[in-house]
Amino acid sequence: MNQENKNNKNQEKITQEVINLQNVWLVYNNINVLEDINLAIYQHEFLGIIGPNGGGKTTLLKVILGLIQPTKGEVNILGMNPKEGRKYIGYVPQYCLFDREFPISVWEVVLTGRLGQRKCGKAYSKEDKQKAEQALDMVGMIESKGKQIGKLSGGQQQRVFIARALVTEPKILLLDEPLASIDTPLQAEFYELLERLKEKMAIVLVTHDLSAVSIYVNKIACLNRRLFYHQSKEIRVEDLEATYHCPVDLIAHGIPHRVLRKH
Amino acid sequence: MFELLQYEFIRNAILAVLLASIACGIIGVYVVVKRIVFISGGIAHASFGGVGLGYFLGVNPIWGIIPFSILSALVMGLVSKRSRIPEDTAIGILWALGVSLGIVFIGLSPGYAPDLFSYLFGNILTVTSVDLIIMLILDLVIIMVVFLFYKEFLALSFDDEFATVVGVPTVKLYFLLLCLIALTIVVLMKVVGIIMIIALLTIPAAISKQYTSNLKKMIFISILLSAIFGLGGLWLSYQLNLASGATIVIVSGIGFILSWFGKQGRILQV
Repeated sequence: MNQENKNNKNQEKITQEVINLQNVWLVYNNINVLEDINLAIYQHEFLGIIGPNGGGKTTLLKVILGLIQPTKGEVNILGMNPKEGRKYIGYVPQYCLFDREFPISVWEVVLTGRLGQRKCGKAYSKEDKQKAEQALDMVGMIESKGKQIGKLSGGQQQRVFIARALVTEPKILLLDEPLASIDTPLQAEFYELLERLKEKMAIVLVTHDLSAVSIYVNKIACLNRRLFYHQSKEIRVEDLEATYHCPVDLIAHGIPHRVLRKH
Repeated sequence: MFELLQYEFIRNAILAVLLASIACGIIGVYVVVKRIVFISGGIAHASFGGVGLGYFLGVNPIWGIIPFSILSALVMGLVSKRSRIPEDTAIGILWALGVSLGIVFIGLSPGYAPDLFSYLFGNILTVTSVDLIIMLILDLVIIMVVFLFYKEFLALSFDDEFATVVGVPTVKLYFLLLCLIALTIVVLMKVVGIIMIIALLTIPAAISKQYTSNLKKMIFISILLSAIFGLGGLWLSYQLNLASGATIVIVSGIGFILSWFGKQGRILQV
């Protein structure tokens, strides 16, 4: 028992910290969008961040990606600043944001993920095409590679965007509301895909949907300007109430899907 | 009809339409898919300042228009990317500011501005050989840049933020695209005039978008459509003795309405 504890501790030490935010504040037009965010994410972790709409979830991801400069505080990606570190991040943005009629195929979308690997203006290499094919294969979308992206169903589009994020072989995967477009029966399948990916990278998934946070997530944080996070998988009622600013009833079903502490 | 070709101004007009089709076919597609129609309209109108500057300095206005349109493209880009001024507000301001500068310059220039109207409304029958050579060079620049950065422009137009994250220099490329729009405006100016340029940048691309889901094909279809509308409008304006620029735009507009109803009709039947 003691020996096992020791081993666990050692393993934790070896586990690399991939994202670190320290005292991050974001103030926009005198409104606090993010308040004093502290967050450490380690390799092979699967963190779910929940919180209400407008609570700053997407903004937090953009701060991690260096797309938004925080007003105060430090962001570290694998020991680098976000603009350098983001090449190790696979980003799956909120899906609803593109023109369904846009003239681009699945194959072209996935290849754009490789654009940062070469000098601007150079053609895609054999390696780029191989990586794109592998990524499409992994998400089970290889057969649709010639189709226009807008013609696919929401869930299929989401898979393509995951493939696009995977072609750089990232160490971290950031997903913004990935379940919004996936029907409930297909969500388990989607989580299984993430479960496989977890072997190779840390995953951060952001959602406003409490029920989406499932058995697959290792850790859960609540965000509504402030981040409530205890390096664990349990949500405390106090945190939820602080996050949502209203009383919250927790319902947990059976043991296999238990996310919430007994209460 | 072929006897018309013996006139140099007709031959020049036809060549001008074809050269203009290449520029607006290629760049119009990006303007439409990236949804920067009104930035383009703003750049076009602001470059009227360049026409005035040309007259003021007593040189061929095209030497005023080229730097002025590129300058307005860069200012437009800077204001929309780097300042907190909302993009449409910035467009509105620069749009009118450029035009007013042009009017003031012309007012300050000695004498009469002979073909001022041909820059505003287009007059394809006054295109000179020098104009054609400049149009050809600008076309070649546009083709080369788009050939080189095709993938990057595609990524930028589809998902600018994702492209930034993977390390594409999206801001620089966006500025480059705006400069190409400025050059396209120079090419189109004599054909349809500053006021109607926006029609040739949008209509052919908007039609071709309905018929293909591939950006390269979309470019080729819009070049072809621009040429058909341009030559058709030119012929009609000659036959009916109408203003060439306006006729080309009307022919394009009718083309758009017909293709739209064609598509809608099919949807209604299903």
